[in-house]
Amino acid sequence: MHIRPEARKTVLEIVDRYKDEPSPLMLILSDCQKEFGYIPLEVQEVISEATGVPTAEIYGVVTFYNFFTLEPKGKYVIGVCTGTACYVKGSQNVSDKIGELLKIKPGETTKDGLFSLDNVRCLGACGIAPAVSINGKVYPKVQLSQVDKILDEYRKKEEA
Amino acid sequence: MANKVTIYIENQPYQVDAGLTILEAAKSCGYHIPSLCNWRDHECSLASCRVCLVKVEGARGLVPSCAYEVADGMKISIADQKATDARRTSVELLLSNHSFNCQSCKKNGKCELLNVARDVGARPDKYMGEKTETTLDFLTPAIVRDTSKCILCGRCIEACKKAQGIGILGFENRGFSTIVAPTQNRSFSKVPCIQCGQCTLVCPTGALMEHNNIDELDAAFRAGKHVVCFAAPAVRSAIAEEFGCKIGTNGTKRLAAALRRVGFEKVFDMNFSADLTIMEEAHEFIERFSKGGKMPMITSCSPGWINFIELYFPELLPHVSTCKSPQQMFGAILKSYYAEKMGWDKKDIYVVSFIPCTAKKYEVQREQFVDKDGIRDVDLALTTRELGDLVRRAGIIWNRLPEEEFDHDIVGENTGAGVIFGVTGGVMEAAVRTAYNMLTGEEMEPIDLLPVRGFEAVREATLDIKGTKVRIAVTSGMINARKLLEQIKDGTSQYDFIEVMGCPGGCINGGGQPYVFPSMLPNEDPDIWYTYRAKRAAVLYEEDKNKPLRRSHLNPDIKKLYEDYLGEPGSELAEELLHTSYNAKREQYPDVD
Amino acid sequence: MTKEEAIRTLEELGSAQCSCAKKLEDKFSGKDGKRHIVICGGTGCMSSNSKDIMHRFEELIAEKGLQDKVTVNLVGCFGFCSKGPFVKIFPEDTLYTEVKVADAERIIEEDIIGGKIVEGLLYVDPATKEKVTRQDDINFYKKQMRIALYGCGTINPEDLDESLGYGGYEALKRALSMTPEQVIEEVLASGLRGRGGAGFPTGTKWKFAAAQKSEEKYIICNGDEGDPGAFMDRSILEGNPVAVIEGMAIAAYAIGAHQGYFYIRAEYPIACERIKIAIRELTERGLLGDNILGTGFSFRVGLRYGAGAFVCGEETALLNSIEGKRGMPRPKPPFPAVSGLFGKPTVINNVETLASLPYIFRVGAAEYAKIGTENSKGTKVFALGGKVNNVGLVEVPMGTTLRTLIYDIGGGIPNGKEFLAIQTGGPSGGCLTKDELDVAIDYQSLQKAGSMMGSGGAIVMDEDNCMVDVAKFYMEFIRDESCGKCTPCRIGTKRLLEILTKITQGRGEMSDLDDLETLASATAAGALCGLGQTAANPILSTLRKFRPVYERHILEKKCDAGVCKDLISFVINPDKCKKCSMCARNCPVDAIHGEVGKVPYVIDTKKCIKCGTCVTVCKFGAVSKE
Repeated sequence: MHIRPEARKTVLEIVDRYKDEPSPLMLILSDCQKEFGYIPLEVQEVISEATGVPTAEIYGVVTFYNFFTLEPKGKYVIGVCTGTACYVKGSQNVSDKIGELLKIKPGETTKDGLFSLDNVRCLGACGIAPAVSINGKVYPKVQLSQVDKILDEYRKKEEA
Repeated sequence: MANKVTIYIENQPYQVDAGLTILEAAKSCGYHIPSLCNWRDHECSLASCRVCLVKVEGARGLVPSCAYEVADGMKISIADQKATDARRTSVELLLSNHSFNCQSCKKNGKCELLNVARDVGARPDKYMGEKTETTLDFLTPAIVRDTSKCILCGRCIEACKKAQGIGILGFENRGFSTIVAPTQNRSFSKVPCIQCGQCTLVCPTGALMEHNNIDELDAAFRAGKHVVCFAAPAVRSAIAEEFGCKIGTNGTKRLAAALRRVGFEKVFDMNFSADLTIMEEAHEFIERFSKGGKMPMITSCSPGWINFIELYFPELLPHVSTCKSPQQMFGAILKSYYAEKMGWDKKDIYVVSFIPCTAKKYEVQREQFVDKDGIRDVDLALTTRELGDLVRRAGIIWNRLPEEEFDHDIVGENTGAGVIFGVTGGVMEAAVRTAYNMLTGEEMEPIDLLPVRGFEAVREATLDIKGTKVRIAVTSGMINARKLLEQIKDGTSQYDFIEVMGCPGGCINGGGQPYVFPSMLPNEDPDIWYTYRAKRAAVLYEEDKNKPLRRSHLNPDIKKLYEDYLGEPGSELAEELLHTSYNAKREQYPDVD
Repeated sequence: MTKEEAIRTLEELGSAQCSCAKKLEDKFSGKDGKRHIVICGGTGCMSSNSKDIMHRFEELIAEKGLQDKVTVNLVGCFGFCSKGPFVKIFPEDTLYTEVKVADAERIIEEDIIGGKIVEGLLYVDPATKEKVTRQDDINFYKKQMRIALYGCGTINPEDLDESLGYGGYEALKRALSMTPEQVIEEVLASGLRGRGGAGFPTGTKWKFAAAQKSEEKYIICNGDEGDPGAFMDRSILEGNPVAVIEGMAIAAYAIGAHQGYFYIRAEYPIACERIKIAIRELTERGLLGDNILGTGFSFRVGLRYGAGAFVCGEETALLNSIEGKRGMPRPKPPFPAVSGLFGKPTVINNVETLASLPYIFRVGAAEYAKIGTENSKGTKVFALGGKVNNVGLVEVPMGTTLRTLIYDIGGGIPNGKEFLAIQTGGPSGGCLTKDELDVAIDYQSLQKAGSMMGSGGAIVMDEDNCMVDVAKFYMEFIRDESCGKCTPCRIGTKRLLEILTKITQGRGEMSDLDDLETLASATAAGALCGLGQTAANPILSTLRKFRPVYERHILEKKCDAGVCKDLISFVINPDKCKKCSMCARNCPVDAIHGEVGKVPYVIDTKKCIKCGTCVTVCKFGAVSKE
């Protein structure tokens, strides 16, 4: 388990930022989450080393709060509904298609960190199945042919 | 004298010490309130299991008696119907998320959960439902973690953090998915766990247990090998507890008798190799001390401690004595000198050690202790608790056993110095007795080295050996050892010789010793949590006192061993057989594939 | 007085307040000769692009060269969230609702330049169909009384001058002229009780903390609002951050604290940002820090983020969270007022409680105590939601009846449906039925009726809601949010949910009802913290008031509301079916067969997944639930 030297430096800087705060763990973790988009074990080990808080305790804190993640998430989190209605309307195909276009599997994030793909529980939008949500915005009756266009919306946003 | 307050339990008045929790106060008044998450240390009261709820007049709702202090005039009801129901429901809910294979569970008979369940009249199938996802970790030779039995009391987390200052275990996830685990629910083998087993001593259920190896012993018996064994000093201080005897009962002679009846061809006392260790260690110390070796020198008998320094302070390993532990020395001698004398092939000898320790199970597997023919010094290490199982399995009634001696046969003779190896300060005391002789040719008088006895975190003394000042320190528990190591690192250490034992109080409180669960020990004093270590230690000091020989260098078998075989302490052969090296490159978090 | 200048004395504060008040007054009255456009900057409206609307206005103003005549800025939440985004024009006080970016041009052209109200963007009363131009004339606002929400939707929360011109720091000024004991007495006299849930008297809490001898004490603002459906704390933090800080300062002065912490959910980025701005501005101007206004009172405020755990709204869990631990509650005693943050005496007050303090100190406790009922003084903000016409934040005097809340302010139940129940107190509360509509909203009455005030969620349910399903919904929430520390909450809520699930799936037995009741009561009695102790309330309350509904699920395997999918089936009435095939084309699982224009359509119940799409798409009402 080895951390890149730059990342290590960043973590130590973050820890140093709060050296005058009493019990700064949450602040450190929040900043690490912001900085890296997630808090991998390597980062937790460096925090442990610098603060003296056991890694198990840090890990316990990270897994307690929904806001902290162990895996990196993309800037745009795509949730493909896998509720029954969406599933039978071909949401699996939609998910596959998105995965194919982005070259990732569900649960993964694109290399550029732009998109994450998740197969999610029922969005409660069975009437407009198959439904896809991107950062909370729901797209109804997503056809395979539309997928690229929807993704382009966000790609363009990035270019702009 | 503590202030007294008057409380009422079921309307009966009682005078109790102020500052006690209701749970403690009630016990002193003759009431037993069931509890699970509560543990000796006050701060360790999470008040999370909700098994000790009682009614307190005027309080909002029921209160956890483990975390609620008594106050003057407080009216308490344990029998209150609502409280009784709530206690039972808490236990029934715990049972609903617990794996029910009690028949095969090694904790059977010693399980606090089952005990409490009986006390509160729980119906095990009252609330059936989905269970939390479980993990079974048996990858370390020392400790098995089975989360299907875990009730999340958190006692192990506190034990690891407070006794050892390590904090290997923690709560993970949230709500119904919560588990107690090493970071990322890894195996103990993939985190910097020292395998001391202190967590197993506090686990109320079978969630954390020693790695049971009795099957391997059976295989050795079946293979028709020369199955020989020896028992560590601390085992005698506690083995009788396994059979219902009071804490502080000496079990030496029945232990010898029991081991013989279990089927071992030879039963030795490990005190012998403790004496041998002293010869080598005292010699090494004098060499370093007089020739300017790496100082301070630190003892090396405790495998939990060795794991600790390898994982956390590898740069200080040169301070550690190169002596193998008594366990490994005995094994090495049995498979060389003893085998030769007996005319046995070392391949046909199966050496079993009985130890109070879980880390010894790791130690026997270390690559340093396997010779070029792939033969281990010691083949199997079994804890005091496993020994209890073996004896029961053999149908032996402990209290009816005759009192017998351990074998004295080429090896085996031992002294009082070896006996006190089982308690913190004992190795130092034994070493000083012999070092004094090696330096001066005279015997130290008086023989007892009182400043290093007891359970204070760090005990120190400056010895005046005919004008030579030797500064010594003794500690146990890694939270204390860490402080001494930091001093060495800073260059502020004032000592020449330091004894460190991994478990708080030394081997008498080792991770493989019998459980001390006060709720299951109705015949012990209510304060047994605070006194059991001293009672076990007293067994060893008493035995030392009564031994005809109390100095390792006077042990005739040891003398003969050097005369006939090893030459002298520190000889080339002694180095080969009795000394070892350490691993400064152990990774704290070795990658999981 | 310029923004950069520090305010060092009480006199300087007085003159600053005066000049800011004048400026603000001129803005609202038009005396400055300008028109002012304000836009709702609450989270709801922001997600409906209110910031883009503002930018569009700015562009248009620049294009038309109106910079000297028209200003535009964001303000806090208007509260009437279902009608947002809001745009208000001063000095006419015209309110436009449901504004889109494209509407900006019309407003500039027709109203700002043309001087004509844009009729199409006005609020239309659903009952009378009349258009309403001013906010105060809308029924939703008529019976409200804005004390905690003071300034929200009026002032620019990112401009300290507007706060100071709108009464900001007036209350602290008065409090600082009193002794800490007098301040506590004043709060006791006001009858103010905690608005976060438990309703503990605020003054009493302070008194405990004030009595502790300690160099260090802390005041914490609990902004970890987490009840599904409640967002008043967020709105207050977004709408008038200075008022909350002022409330904290008063509390700090009273108990002898010099350090305060905000604990705000990280999911509330706008609230966090505005608090950060307010702390910065107040510090820069000397209104936070050492020796405030030369009175010798020093007070600093830090910001901590909640990281997505509902239980951290519980005060001891919150303390653990600030201390960098898992947000698991601690046993009480010791109470935080004795041993709280870092083991020091700590007062934890909810946002709404703190936001009520400036009013109390501006008008006096006696005046405040006139509002409300005998044991519940002042006002309470509710987040009115569910099956009600007007959804949003509502602040009413204590003692207002549920009927007023639902019908006068909320505009009644939509689509002519029948009122079934209202859930107050969120997942910790209970439901009240048709027979209880005249229950007054105050701590005692709600409790007596089997519910609680809680943090102020008020979800209206109509005949289409199944109360077993509602109980299940809340139980699911609690199961997900239980911290896992104590047994009854960790496992009890899980088992309760399993029993409820069994009932909604038609596998229930009558003995399940006994189990539910016993286990729910035992969970309440045995749990460690408020979350667990109240976790089973929705079950106990629905069991008490809607037992026949439970029994019908169990005995007849029927869900009359048609919510529990396993207990319903969809059928097409062949007489009503026009054989248009609409249902078949929209069925996600091809469970409907027939022939266009020839054979009436029939649902294959084995294939049907009960999604209800066919009911929605059928224009002839031929599909029904059974």
